[in-house]
Amino acid sequence: MTQFLEISGLCARIDADGQEKEILRGVDLTIPPGEVHAIMGPNGCGKSTLSYVLAGREEYEVTAGSVQFHGQDLLAMEPEERAAAGLFLAFQSPIELPGVNNANFLRTAVNAVRRARGQEELDAVAFLKAAREAAKSLSMAPDMLKRNVNVGFSGGEKKRNEVLQMTLLQPSFAILDETDSGLDVDALRIVAEGVNRMRSPEFSALVITHHKRLLDYLKPDRIHVMAKGRIIHSGGPELAEQIDTEGYTRFLAEAA
Amino acid sequence: MPAVTETREAVEKLGQSSYKWGFETEIDMDLAPKGLNEDTIRLISARKEEPEWLLEWRLSAYRAWLTMAEPKWAKVSYPPIDYQDLHYYAAPKKKPGPKSLEEVDPELLRTYEKLGIPLHEQALLAGVELPEGEVARTPVAVDAVFDSVSVVTTFRKTLEEAGVIFCPISEAVKDHPELVRKYLGTVVPAGDNFYAALNSAVFTDGSFVYVPKGVRCPMELSTYFRINARNTGQFERTLIVVEDGAYVSYLEGCTAPMRDENQLHAAVVELVAMEDASIKYSTVQNWYPGDENGRGGIYNFVTKRGACRGARSKISWTQVETGSAITWKYPSCILQGEGSVGEFYSVAVTNNHQQADTGTKMIHIGRNTRSTIIAKTISAGQSDSTYRGLVRVLPKASGARNFTQCDSLLIGDQCGAHTVPYIENRNMAARIEHEATTSKISEDQLFYCRQRGLSEEDAVGLIVNGFCRDVLKELPMEFAVEAQKLLQISLEGSVG
Repeated sequence: MTQFLEISGLCARIDADGQEKEILRGVDLTIPPGEVHAIMGPNGCGKSTLSYVLAGREEYEVTAGSVQFHGQDLLAMEPEERAAAGLFLAFQSPIELPGVNNANFLRTAVNAVRRARGQEELDAVAFLKAAREAAKSLSMAPDMLKRNVNVGFSGGEKKRNEVLQMTLLQPSFAILDETDSGLDVDALRIVAEGVNRMRSPEFSALVITHHKRLLDYLKPDRIHVMAKGRIIHSGGPELAEQIDTEGYTRFLAEAA
Repeated sequence: MPAVTETREAVEKLGQSSYKWGFETEIDMDLAPKGLNEDTIRLISARKEEPEWLLEWRLSAYRAWLTMAEPKWAKVSYPPIDYQDLHYYAAPKKKPGPKSLEEVDPELLRTYEKLGIPLHEQALLAGVELPEGEVARTPVAVDAVFDSVSVVTTFRKTLEEAGVIFCPISEAVKDHPELVRKYLGTVVPAGDNFYAALNSAVFTDGSFVYVPKGVRCPMELSTYFRINARNTGQFERTLIVVEDGAYVSYLEGCTAPMRDENQLHAAVVELVAMEDASIKYSTVQNWYPGDENGRGGIYNFVTKRGACRGARSKISWTQVETGSAITWKYPSCILQGEGSVGEFYSVAVTNNHQQADTGTKMIHIGRNTRSTIIAKTISAGQSDSTYRGLVRVLPKASGARNFTQCDSLLIGDQCGAHTVPYIENRNMAARIEHEATTSKISEDQLFYCRQRGLSEEDAVGLIVNGFCRDVLKELPMEFAVEAQKLLQISLEGSVG
């Protein structure tokens, strides 16, 4: 059976002030369909870079390795083609779009991916119905659809808005980059429930987090420890507990 | 390679896609010989069967023009214009009015089709008479200016019942000479400036609107201006008079055929608002901007001015300027009546080698007059865009208030945006505010949109439309949609 997402030997660097900086140094990671995997690791280990490289951010130069997604060469695709193919990235810091109405943005995005996937576009009525339901399930105030995308949103509202977008865009693979950061206990539960509602044999996710609490809700199938641009250790859900009490020191020492 | 460069290149590529609505219609033309002199003016006046006073007015404007020099203060540059190398009159050859669409010149219909004008409206535009009792579906009256002669005017009946006069100005000269004579040149005098004087001497057509006391014009008035003959400068003259307590909303929208030679366009628009009257004047301007090397394109030197003569009168200008190689345009308000209100909402997009120098003048004469200026400037490619505005408060304008906001959005690193606000205050009880920002579309914003499945082009369009929202929402609903599409096309052919 073909793997759903297969990352092999992925190396990437960024040009920072004229200096080439290696960030990913050979990432190997396979995520089968229907599974939720988590990546944990110290600050600056390359977690967010991995998410950006998978989503196709152009500042990063891939220097080696490959990524297969649904049997396609992911790295050869434009960011919007990756989105149409089913990849979604929930941003760590969602971007503000002044003057752009949230509902309009969502509908434009949903219909762009639907078109690319050969599905019929949603008309305004059908879309608004779906959007209102999804917003309600995330306990979002209805006026958030009318406001400008992420402008003046609190940290928690921005994260919920990311999950709302994910719900409507129906990806087959979602990367959640510290979606739990800045959320209070209740918001965390609501967001986690939103992700759990997506779970199906056709949906996988890669969750980047520093905290065990989100993983308690999401119950990941595998947990990976990342350090210095590599996956240095992988294990079952129990790993979260271990990291929570012991930190990363032991894994770093083992890797060295 | 830095992503900024790639984005810039991508956007530039978008900018070079050809002008979507560029085409030229071949229709038999009746051309005046090239050149401008008193004989040309007499010929125009004779062709239009004008009264003596109007010919005299034209000739006095021409004599004034001879003594004037082209203004050089705007931040635009172009090769010298040979005013003797232009045709000043062109008219489609007259045929008896067609009875159905089959009888209409198919070239003309194809032109309308390319413009996306619905079929029933095409019939109206082409002068096909509707069977008795049939009412057109759209509540928009269209007075088509096809080249210099108005091909047809529609919806006359509904308007007549309301007492509204909406017709080509050449007809108004014949049918309502007292009104035209009373107001023509009272807001923009014949010798106001170089281009206005030129227009006054040789204007061939345009629209006339008169809304009597207390009447709210029952529909949006709209005119499609078209430039269609090679080397024919267009000199429209529009005059809108709105009496006490009356209201009108007028939209002018423009598309033009693609061509190589520069075309001169020098229109004059005069608005008069009496007591408690309100005029909303919206423009969507999409003339051929020239190719990606800056070749061709329209030179647009326009004088637009409104006089708020009566107390509590209001004039609101909204413009979306995406076309023309050169734009020189300052729709202004003379706020004479006590408590009168002037508004200026503008989006100006320049791409490739386009140059725009545009803004407004708000002249506060009366007490408690108020003005609002919201100007959004978007520059891409190697274009240059300047906001130039004047807020002048005269000594008697106690309690006058102005708020100005100028925002510039830059795409790429080879374009320019400039803001030149002039403020002249001679009344210490006035309040004047000015805000300005300059920003760029960020890589983060583009990537965010693309990650959600939008193409780069759509992402730029969405962001630019967001940037312009405060202005677009001032447009009548149906035209706001059109304007959004236009921004998108211009930013395929410009940004957004």
